[in-house]
Amino acid sequence: MAGYFTNILGGAKSLVVGLSITQRQFFKKPITLQYPWESLEMTPRYRGHIQLIKNAESGTHQCISCGMCEKSCPSDCITIKGEKQEGVKGKVLVKYELDFTKCSLCGQCIANCKPGAIEFSREYNLASTRKEDFHYDLLKRLKEQK
Amino acid sequence: MDLGINVFEMVIYLVGFIAFAAANAAYLVWVERKGAAHIQRRTGPKEVGPYGLLQPLADGAKLMSKQFIIPAGVDRPLFILAPILTMVPAIMIFVTIPFSETILARDFNIGLLMILAFASVNVLALLMGGWASRNKYAVISAARVVSQNIAYEIPMLIIVITIVLISGSMNLTEIVAGQAGGILHWNLLPTNGNFLGPITFIIFFICSLAETNRAPFDLGEAESELIAGFHTEYSSMGFGLFFMGEYANIVIAAALTTILFLGGWYSPLPESIPYAGASSVVWFLVKMYLLIWLVVLIRWTYPRVTLWSLLNLSWKILIPFSLFNLLASAGLVKLLG
Repeated sequence: MAGYFTNILGGAKSLVVGLSITQRQFFKKPITLQYPWESLEMTPRYRGHIQLIKNAESGTHQCISCGMCEKSCPSDCITIKGEKQEGVKGKVLVKYELDFTKCSLCGQCIANCKPGAIEFSREYNLASTRKEDFHYDLLKRLKEQK
Repeated sequence: MDLGINVFEMVIYLVGFIAFAAANAAYLVWVERKGAAHIQRRTGPKEVGPYGLLQPLADGAKLMSKQFIIPAGVDRPLFILAPILTMVPAIMIFVTIPFSETILARDFNIGLLMILAFASVNVLALLMGGWASRNKYAVISAARVVSQNIAYEIPMLIIVITIVLISGSMNLTEIVAGQAGGILHWNLLPTNGNFLGPITFIIFFICSLAETNRAPFDLGEAESELIAGFHTEYSSMGFGLFFMGEYANIVIAAALTTILFLGGWYSPLPESIPYAGASSVVWFLVKMYLLIWLVVLIRWTYPRVTLWSLLNLSWKILIPFSLFNLLASAGLVKLLG
């Protein structure tokens, strides 16, 4: 019979403890992220599509149009074109196109780039109903970058 | 007898009660959603209006604009009648609830009895809805609701008899008036002369949770087992009325608890304090909404009980306790009174 009452009292106490926990949680700040309005910075090692690195001093890329990225790409995603221009040493990059629909993000292009002109971007908000939207002009993208 | 004014009064009261019940149902849903969200460290509705305050209106508009689907093979009259029958008694009950000394539609001698009588019609409505739906989950749910409500009506009535014994009246206004004179005279507290007050209150509160089919006793609509229980087949305002009826019943249960145990409209503070010490409808609403908040908090704290432990709690703990409580209180009333 003693067990009957201790059971009830112990149970009642645990109920009050439970209530106080939920009431305390109620006053704490929400920890959810309101996605379309807020988003977290993507992790530094995230592999988005490749992009040309902007050099802070010259304000442009460091590509020498050697074509190593194009050759090393196992999926033939990259098309580049370099031209000789007067008064400039070496070739000048005039076209750098990436077909991201075929890219498997293996990173061979980055590993083979001698001047280190390309990197993975942290772009992850990619969605479209047309595959042409994933054909990127990286030179144009570099110009638009601030 | 001036019939004209009486009819006018009646219409005013009716519209007022329907508006009060509907507004409470709508905004208690908002409170419930916001409360649940913040307890779980989320934000809850926040897009429609500031803090999502217009969400209930949007939900209401959605419910009203949807089609009321009557599935093939249902018991048509009962199917249509059931949601109405959950809402009508709920509104009827408001007639006898004294929100303050002056805000009261009808002062019945047997107000308490009337409330309990109409409250039990709710079970019939849920049974009708579940039975008429021609859906196995709805029928199981209806059977559960009936067994649960019958089990909890017994301790609840015994507790109500205890309160009637103490206050010597079934008139709600007189029950509140019996608790006048400060917080120490409330039926809740042992200082009222009856040291069993807190036990009486706890049993009554548990029973009112079970009677309104609230968590952790919401076996009638155990989503994980029974889809939505008795309102599985209901759409549009049929579902809306069930929902409004549920929240109206919560309001009624909280109001009744306030009247029976928390001194109704009397202020817990001494009368010498200006404003806060005055007894008014504000204190009634404060107490009522605090109780409703407790009900919401309980829903998001405790897991749902199983059917057998629900019935065990009633038959093995609450009924013996309430019977003992009744006898002891009767003895105390005889000794002290």
